Amino acid sequence: MKALVAVKRVVDYNVKVRVKADSSDVDIGNVKMSMNPFDEIAVEEAVRLKEAGKISEIVAVSIGEKKCEDTLRTALAMGADRAIHIETDTKLEPLAVAKLLKAVADKENPQILLLGKQAIDDDANQTAQMLAALLNAPQATFASKVELGNDKVVVTREIDGGEEVVVLTLPAVISADLRLNEPRFVKLPNIMAAKKKPLEKVALADLNVDTATRVNVMKVLEPKARQAGVKVANVAELVEKLKNEAKVI
Amino acid sequence: MSVLVIAEHNNQHLNPATLHAVQAAVQLGEVHLLVAGNGVAAVADEAKQIAGVVRVCVAEAPHYAEGLAEELTPLVVKLAADYRYVAATATAFGKNLMPRVAAVLDIPQISDLTEIVDKQTFVRPIYAGNAFEMVQTPSEKLVLTFRATAFEAAAVAGGNAEVVNVDALEAQNISHFVKRELTQSDRPDLTQANVVVTGGRALASAENFKQILTPLADVLGAAIGASRSAVEAEYAPNDLQVGQTGKVVAPQLYIAIGVSGAIQHVAGIQDSKVIVAINKDTDAPIFNVADYGIVGDLFEIVPKLTKALRN
Repeated sequence: MKALVAVKRVVDYNVKVRVKADSSDVDIGNVKMSMNPFDEIAVEEAVRLKEAGKISEIVAVSIGEKKCEDTLRTALAMGADRAIHIETDTKLEPLAVAKLLKAVADKENPQILLLGKQAIDDDANQTAQMLAALLNAPQATFASKVELGNDKVVVTREIDGGEEVVVLTLPAVISADLRLNEPRFVKLPNIMAAKKKPLEKVALADLNVDTATRVNVMKVLEPKARQAGVKVANVAELVEKLKNEAKVI
Repeated sequence: MSVLVIAEHNNQHLNPATLHAVQAAVQLGEVHLLVAGNGVAAVADEAKQIAGVVRVCVAEAPHYAEGLAEELTPLVVKLAADYRYVAATATAFGKNLMPRVAAVLDIPQISDLTEIVDKQTFVRPIYAGNAFEMVQTPSEKLVLTFRATAFEAAAVAGGNAEVVNVDALEAQNISHFVKRELTQSDRPDLTQANVVVTGGRALASAENFKQILTPLADVLGAAIGASRSAVEAEYAPNDLQVGQTGKVVAPQLYIAIGVSGAIQHVAGIQDSKVIVAINKDTDAPIFNVADYGIVGDLFEIVPKLTKALRN
């Protein structure tokens, strides 16, 4: 059984991004980039399923600029077997990404498609659901546990107020939540080995997918800054302030 | 016809989260509410009384009972032909369903929006709330999810919507619901509470988490939340997590106890009216957003605070 894992290159989660002075975008000129943390979890899950003998091949896909190669090499070092890079310098919307992933899935015929539940840059939380829709496949979003069978997958999902369990008929799309697993550290020999694994380049134009921008970013704004607070000396002072100054108790 | 809002419910009661989507959607046009489920007469009855709702569409079938996206999508897509916007609140339910609807309709979705500028222009947070983008689209049709804390709740009374039945579609049968386990709690819902008390890693154990936070939450009538590290250390269940990947809250009073204040956590609390931080580390980033901070040992301060509030 084949697994397809989609990974995105994003600003590292520890970086506090700044909005450019002209409000055109956030400034990511010289900041550290990494694999989206949720995608790392998706890759880890695929690798664990392979180690458990449930799947035979893991194909990692990324869409974006040339440097997405680094992200794919990380996925290969974690245990993916080969990678596909759809190269484009245009920032794509989730629906366009889902259409491109569908084109790849149509060719590769994976039985299980793993994605992160959201990218920490656009915070959209859409791509996995859209991909499932386009494939007319079932979806299990926000997965915290995956039990893969021969033609079905049982997934525990994080929901508001608790969790729920669903059974999906394969092929199925799963989006990973933080609790699904703890991604492994990549060791140096694996990084070296990953350099020899196949990484296929696909031209965006060859996929014949409409990726036109339909939502335009007019400007990017700073969040409303919170007023600097005060430190109080003791509990009595805090209670007094909450009662008489803030009037919230 | 203008906005179709998808109601969230458990077949008996409407989820209050839906009220925020209704209030937001009223700004865009006439609001119709879809109640799809199984045995939902009571939900439809609640729905028709919501201020601002003009029509309640009721679709009943056993396969709609659990809110599975695979089953609801064809229904929503069919009804969407008559609407300019299809909308829901950005809860786990809304986030799961709406992108699937958008993809089938081949129209864009704008997620978790916090402000409606005009009928084609919206504001939404990106980068864990460290920036906001104003987006505009020429698309005639849109799928929207609203951030609940950014919009008031519509009044639960005063409306007088007509109720119409719509035909259920055939079951898809590609996914099946097995079970749902909800954390039992007598406390107010985290996303709706006026006061939220949140514990972090510094609580050091599940026992402390409970023993220290519960009395304070009780005296304030507060909901209890947790930071990601407290959840990962299993001091608290995952659904209490507050932050970018957990719940977004905007209570009147937010008390962060032993929470360092990582970017991802602050993303989920920055619209709170008043933030209080209790932390022994003077340099903890939580103090940069807190209105009132106390530097000190939470194990001394919190019981004192509980006692002071009780009196």
